[in-house]
Amino acid sequence: MQLLNASGCLDALTAPDVARALDAFVTKTITPLPRDGNAPVRVAETEHGMLNAIGLANPGREVFLQTLPRLQEVVRVPIWVSVGGFSAEEYAETCNLLDGRDEVASIELNLSCPNVDDAPEAAAEIVAACRAATDLPLFAKLSPAAWDVAETALAVEAAGADGLSLVNTIRGLALDERTLRPTLDRGAGGYSGPALKPMALAVVYACARATSLPIVGMGGVQSGRDALELIAAGASAVALGTVLFADPDAPARVRAELDVERSARGFESVHDARGIAHWTDAGQRTDTHVHVR
Amino acid sequence: MKRDQLRVLRTEQLGPYSLVSVERGALDAGTPGQFFMLEAPGRVLPRPMSVCLAPPGELAFLIDPIGPGTRALCALAPGDTIGVLGPLGNGFRLDVERPLLVGGGVGIAPLPFLSEQLGGPPAVLGFRSEWHAEAAALVPNAEVVIEPTYVTDAIPYGHDVLACGPEPMLEAVRALAPDAQLAWEAPMACGYGACYGCAVEIGGEWKRLCIVGPVLAAA
Repeated sequence: MQLLNASGCLDALTAPDVARALDAFVTKTITPLPRDGNAPVRVAETEHGMLNAIGLANPGREVFLQTLPRLQEVVRVPIWVSVGGFSAEEYAETCNLLDGRDEVASIELNLSCPNVDDAPEAAAEIVAACRAATDLPLFAKLSPAAWDVAETALAVEAAGADGLSLVNTIRGLALDERTLRPTLDRGAGGYSGPALKPMALAVVYACARATSLPIVGMGGVQSGRDALELIAAGASAVALGTVLFADPDAPARVRAELDVERSARGFESVHDARGIAHWTDAGQRTDTHVHVR
Repeated sequence: MKRDQLRVLRTEQLGPYSLVSVERGALDAGTPGQFFMLEAPGRVLPRPMSVCLAPPGELAFLIDPIGPGTRALCALAPGDTIGVLGPLGNGFRLDVERPLLVGGGVGIAPLPFLSEQLGGPPAVLGFRSEWHAEAAALVPNAEVVIEPTYVTDAIPYGHDVLACGPEPMLEAVRALAPDAQLAWEAPMACGYGACYGCAVEIGGEWKRLCIVGPVLAAA
């Protein structure tokens, strides 16, 4: 079972050991031009999660491409590049530049950052443009906020996506205890951490029913048990996000806990648990409560 | 970068602050001004705390219970165990000729360890009240001022200033002592460069304080 980091939750250059403990390293989202990101305060803890409004701070694709060889040297595990932009054309241009770079194992299209103002074009349109620009595997990262995310999943599959990354953060707001003003300078931010897990499970469950695409499940994973639940809902790989902030040793810990869960439940491989949430005790796939047109 | 589960040895009350001592485990004490991420029981994120004292086999942190995380840390009892990551960031440069330590409020936290490493240099500490000033007992050779007197009223000339305190104090110290070393703080989720939360503007660019700081040159 592949364990990755969620994009934006790890800098392999400042914490190479953490990146090397994963099966693949996912970069912070790269945009065509450099971005400073939002003014502080950028992060805030809440009762059951955290908010961030980093604002896709990144050096831009030109500088990123220059640092790719060094990144590969440092991380020594496959690199997934998270690509962002403000039009289908921008996404596709970056994909075209990554095409043929042997440092890159896969591309994740960030179609759902809640911390930038310009709404990207429809997900399928972006995926189609990127598909024409590269032969690299394309994973579409979707928001849990869409009412029928399974429809988006079907649309990006039809447009040529090779997989899904589920889910991104969802918009949330925290108010300062004393002033009752927003804690984050930007106001709202992306909500992540334990509170996101039920939403991630619902989205993975719905998309695993709607499509046969491989799914990287993420959202609130703190333990091996959480990882197993995402796999049971249909994920084929799992990514760690917020938990890495609290515990950089989480990759090894989650793996060990997952193995205990696997063995206690009598699975030979963790993969045997994949999609089990969709099956009855008699081994029949259950009727769905998730409506897919 | 090392993380270990450390047992709480004792907590001591100093005015409103708690001095929380944990066993050092497999961690290094680091240098004064460096910090550790302390697991706050029941909270999602750990809290950054500079090391206050580092007696053999121990680490001690001075904590002001101002929010849910710091309150959880101050409520720790001997025998409790918390995850601790560090030391992180860059501490004070110790190659100074005439050191003067300047601290404000809970910002005096790194100064006891710093004082010890520098052989007990003079210090100027500012507090909001006599009650808050009880923490000054941790720093030898300290002149204590209470509001409305500020540390900047008591800083003598001709010293190498090493300061930690609230942002307005650091700005005022910077204006008085352009060669000072200043320890800043910023909300951060991880402490090791992963979250990009602790952005501070340096030379017109946003930098991660946990990587470039928390101790920065004033100029």
